[in-house]
Amino acid sequence: MTGSGAVLLIGYGNPGRRDDGLGPAFAEAVERMRIPGVTVDAAYQLTVEDAVEIGAHDIVLFADADRAGPPFALRRLEPREDGRVTSHSIAPDALLALADALFGARPESYLLALRGYDFESFEESLTAGAAANLRAALRFMAPVLRERSFRAAAGEAAPSGAAAAALCNGEGQCKKASR
Amino acid sequence: MTKTNAGQRIVIEPVTRVEGHGKVTILLDEHRKVKHARLHIVEFRGFERFIQGRPFWEVPVLVQRLCGICPVSHHLAAAKAMDRIVGGEKLTPTAEKVRRLMHYGQMFQSHSLHFFHLVSPDLLFGFDADPAIRNVIGVAKKFPELGVQGVMMRKYGQEIIRITAGKKIHGTGAIPGGVNKNVSIEERDFLLKDLDQMVVWSRAAVKLCKDYTMEHLAELAPFGSFDSNHLALVREDGAMDLYHGNLRAIDAAGKKIFDQLDYQEYADHIAEEVRPWSYMKFPFIKALGPEKGWYRVGPLARINTCDFIDTPEAEAARKEFMAVTKGAPNNISLAYHWARTIEILHSIEKIKELLHDPDLQGEDLVVKGPRREETVGLIEAPRGTLFHHYRINSNDQVVMANLIVSTTNNNEPMNRAVTKVAEDYLAGVTITEGLLNRIEVAIRAYDPCLSCATHALGAMPLEVELRAHTGELVDRRVQA
Repeated sequence: MTGSGAVLLIGYGNPGRRDDGLGPAFAEAVERMRIPGVTVDAAYQLTVEDAVEIGAHDIVLFADADRAGPPFALRRLEPREDGRVTSHSIAPDALLALADALFGARPESYLLALRGYDFESFEESLTAGAAANLRAALRFMAPVLRERSFRAAAGEAAPSGAAAAALCNGEGQCKKASR
Repeated sequence: MTKTNAGQRIVIEPVTRVEGHGKVTILLDEHRKVKHARLHIVEFRGFERFIQGRPFWEVPVLVQRLCGICPVSHHLAAAKAMDRIVGGEKLTPTAEKVRRLMHYGQMFQSHSLHFFHLVSPDLLFGFDADPAIRNVIGVAKKFPELGVQGVMMRKYGQEIIRITAGKKIHGTGAIPGGVNKNVSIEERDFLLKDLDQMVVWSRAAVKLCKDYTMEHLAELAPFGSFDSNHLALVREDGAMDLYHGNLRAIDAAGKKIFDQLDYQEYADHIAEEVRPWSYMKFPFIKALGPEKGWYRVGPLARINTCDFIDTPEAEAARKEFMAVTKGAPNNISLAYHWARTIEILHSIEKIKELLHDPDLQGEDLVVKGPRREETVGLIEAPRGTLFHHYRINSNDQVVMANLIVSTTNNNEPMNRAVTKVAEDYLAGVTITEGLLNRIEVAIRAYDPCLSCATHALGAMPLEVELRAHTGELVDRRVQA
């Protein structure tokens, strides 16, 4: 989709556990960009009441840390009824299924996975590698958010991941991304 | 699933629809009867070290990193502790009422989420229903009104937290000696808008749970149940008080073990036993020793322990609840759910009371007094009594922190509940879906927070295992 649909970005994770805070860090950085039509939320975890806001938007982007994979990757998400639910949290695909079941909401949805390296330390800062991955993801996603070009960008999910991986070494040290 | 024939030990790991990552081991004896069951919990004691060296005024914000679902409880317990460091434990009316509003909002949203989205699938579809429909999505599809109620009640509680704490996560509302903001008229009116609907839904939740319990009492009464002591805060007049009071402990028959105990002295009366097979400690009342001194905390313990509830509808509900056991303490594990809905109703009644109190708009927010160097903050969190104990040096840095979280207090009871269910429902040496879910149902009654860990993609596999008295693996089950 390229257009002007209302976008909801939810970045989630625990900033007190180093790279687990990648999702909120991404959300906060996007919020500073003040992109029209983009609503930003940062949270420890996704929870059921997020279904209400999901029902009020055309496009939903979840941003979360990932323990494996390329420096970052964007992929399409579909509702999944057997997704994980606890009272702490709900998986994004299960949350989409809940929004559908409760409010008939089926927004176009995506997950941005941001590669992190340290999830065990009690420390409120990203590792150098995760910080570099975050910068690369922001460079890639800023025009996507502005142009609402999620579908095309997710179509590039593997290339974008591979391209980013080519730009960034395994420690997340990145060359300047060109896009 | 993997399986051998010679063994007699069962492990279930982790438990779904409870928090984090837990593992259940059922050990069989040589006759293949249940010897005992153990719930292994990953606990991050490292957090207490993380706090050391930090200035005390940062602690109420820092401790919110402990937990994604109870940040407000940790925030308030730490703030109560730090009130004493600055000599400000006697809060201004505005500060205490803003904090109480925050706390009741937390209780309301946490209990609502647990009841509607984690427990109701078991009650509405039955323990043996297909797991594909016995979940929150199944409830949302078959009982959409109930699903919407749960979501909207949770959202309402979160809005109270946002207004009183400053934001939904990492709130800064409570500071040593008070609060940093009041509740404006506009914020109050925003919350009043949906209040009446919340009261109606809260009443309905109590009725749903009461009717279900009474209809299935014969089946529920023995399920994972056992006699126990109970511990909770009570007010000086014996009323339930979720924010502040003194400690009361009673035995299974209701006899007081101690009463009106100043929680600053908790360490003289409560100890924590370390067992080699678990990261989580086992608290007990020192006077009774570890064998007999363990206790339950949380909604069931609070209803059992108090003399009355000071809001009319919740008090009427409490009386109906206590009538089931003719006024004696209720030791039915699954009665936690009914007790939890009574606390939902109590919380919304308290929220209503507070929202109509002009003290919320007061300007006198902080008090200070003589400084102290050691302090305990205690609060009744949704899952039970939460202890925060700190020592501060002359440079205002934390030099010691000891936290006893609610789930730790319920450690022994959860192990007892799992053992009882295993004894009653294990047939042969196979982990059936029915057994697995019944064990989960028993643990879920305590609404445990098994780990305040990271949740990043790729974490949290589900695993089930079965072993022998020799240690040999008999059966194992993994769920993605």
